[in-house]
Amino acid sequence: MKDLLDLTALEAHEAMVAGDLGAEEYTAAWREAAAGDELNAYLWRDEGGEEAAAIAVERDCVAPIAVKDIFTTEGVPTTAGSRILEGYRPPYTSTAVRKLLEAGAPVLGKTNMDEFAMGSSNENSAYGPVLNPWDRERVPGGSSGGSAAVVAGGLAPWAIGTDTGGSIRQPAAFCGIVGLKPTYGAISRYGMIAFASSLDQCGPLTRTVSDAALLLGILQGRDPLDSTSVGLEGGVSLPDREDLSGLRFGVPAELGHDEYDSGVRAVFEQTLKRIEALGGEIAEVSLPSSEHGISAYYVIAPAEASSNLARYDGVRYGMRAGGDGDLIEMYETTRSEGFGPEVKRRIMLGTYALSSGYYEAYYGQAQKVRTRIAQDFDGAFSKVDFVVTPTAPSVAFKLGEKTDDPLAMYLNDFFTVPMSLAGIPAISIPAGLAEPEGGGPQLPVGFQIAAPAFAEQRLLDAAYALEQGLSFEARPGGADG
Amino acid sequence: MADDLESAAMIDRDQVLHVARLSRLRLSEDEIGTMVGELSGILEHVDRIGNLDLEGVEPTSHVVALENVLRADEPWESLPRDVALAQAPEPQDGAFRAPSPQAE
Repeated sequence: MKDLLDLTALEAHEAMVAGDLGAEEYTAAWREAAAGDELNAYLWRDEGGEEAAAIAVERDCVAPIAVKDIFTTEGVPTTAGSRILEGYRPPYTSTAVRKLLEAGAPVLGKTNMDEFAMGSSNENSAYGPVLNPWDRERVPGGSSGGSAAVVAGGLAPWAIGTDTGGSIRQPAAFCGIVGLKPTYGAISRYGMIAFASSLDQCGPLTRTVSDAALLLGILQGRDPLDSTSVGLEGGVSLPDREDLSGLRFGVPAELGHDEYDSGVRAVFEQTLKRIEALGGEIAEVSLPSSEHGISAYYVIAPAEASSNLARYDGVRYGMRAGGDGDLIEMYETTRSEGFGPEVKRRIMLGTYALSSGYYEAYYGQAQKVRTRIAQDFDGAFSKVDFVVTPTAPSVAFKLGEKTDDPLAMYLNDFFTVPMSLAGIPAISIPAGLAEPEGGGPQLPVGFQIAAPAFAEQRLLDAAYALEQGLSFEARPGGADG
Repeated sequence: MADDLESAAMIDRDQVLHVARLSRLRLSEDEIGTMVGELSGILEHVDRIGNLDLEGVEPTSHVVALENVLRADEPWESLPRDVALAQAPEPQDGAFRAPSPQAE
């Protein structure tokens, strides 16, 4: 058998079911690996103490899992990457984590993230940035940067994260792993700390497409505690498709060359050729409204965030500061000291967009753009089975490179935001390596495949066939620095 | 990009202060200056959708076609009071304590 930590989660699960691998031995090996975190990727790790007992598994092991610190875990610290929730120990467990525990996937640790999932580089965490395991001077992407880094860096077999505008897919691309944003409603949001409720969705970050399918099968389902959840009818089967014959892949005609780096373009074009070699057909589709995706997203998401984050007021849980003054003073002091700069910026942006006199011009208009974007995808899917794009415009950029320019940071989400606004599933798989603009060692490039709502099975089957055809086997080399 | 941020005036200092008050945020002098520049830059980009002709397009607030989700009105267990209060910064007498709304 391969080294324990080289097994995919599925392989380990199958070995445990067959009786060839002990759950305790396997979990202990991962705990030891996680303890070697030099990437600042974990905010809390299971060290076998009392906290861990509070969220113990209920049956034999599937594979231990790293959980983004946005999912509430009873008795275990849950910060959402924010100072305002430092030391918070939720009195209940999120549905996603509960399902993992019921399936036999113990929580290996809670992963670092951009504060309240707002960011594309993990530099907005109150607990310091996560380092990219491929190059520690570079970002792992965000906001699920910790979850991507632990899987790529050999600190966890698999992980869950959340994706609001690309927060699973972009870090998966930057770290050379698989990231899936399911259809909105596929997985319960109960106990997932809210950022933008009409967009937030839980999903897997894994080494392989098969692991993503196994994990999605565990997580999906309607939940009485989340009335917007619907689940995936028929569940999820492990993918086994061997080619792409009979499938049509649409490339948006609007995909100008200005939007992304030449290295990313080269990998994207090679991947299209690989699709054709596997029997798939490439066609052009039109998504004319997608270019307005970023604008619509950066109205809708901050607007919802400004409302969702009103709950952090220093009264019921979390941090309180300025308690000696009057109520308003306490609110303002708590929020001003508890929130970081990006969260304040988005609360301000959202409050402005919803304020009297601006509501129709911003929020109302953005919601109409959202309709148009969804209609574009409907039109495309009447002609093709999937829409494909690069996942991100560049490979992982350097720490600090974009922190002074919020708009440049937002534009990173250019390729991932339209699917979020349309609520459709999209997966990023590692497709190759490219040099960063400006030179340097090669870094992973992600290839994004989007499918119609609730077509996860078809999406996973196609992604699996392409994954086999691409046989991307590169791993981060610079484990020592 | 930095030039754009400085030259754009989509939102001014007074508006920033007004929005901060609505948001229950207290900004330092430095933060106010930064916020005027950064929000103006972002709003200038976002403002492009303001010029689109979207007359007659239905707004989307929710992407999945769901009817109202109803359930039987049956009581179920809720968080015990002590558990709900356990994370409060200043619980008192089985309740959440907060400063008075009016300064003394």
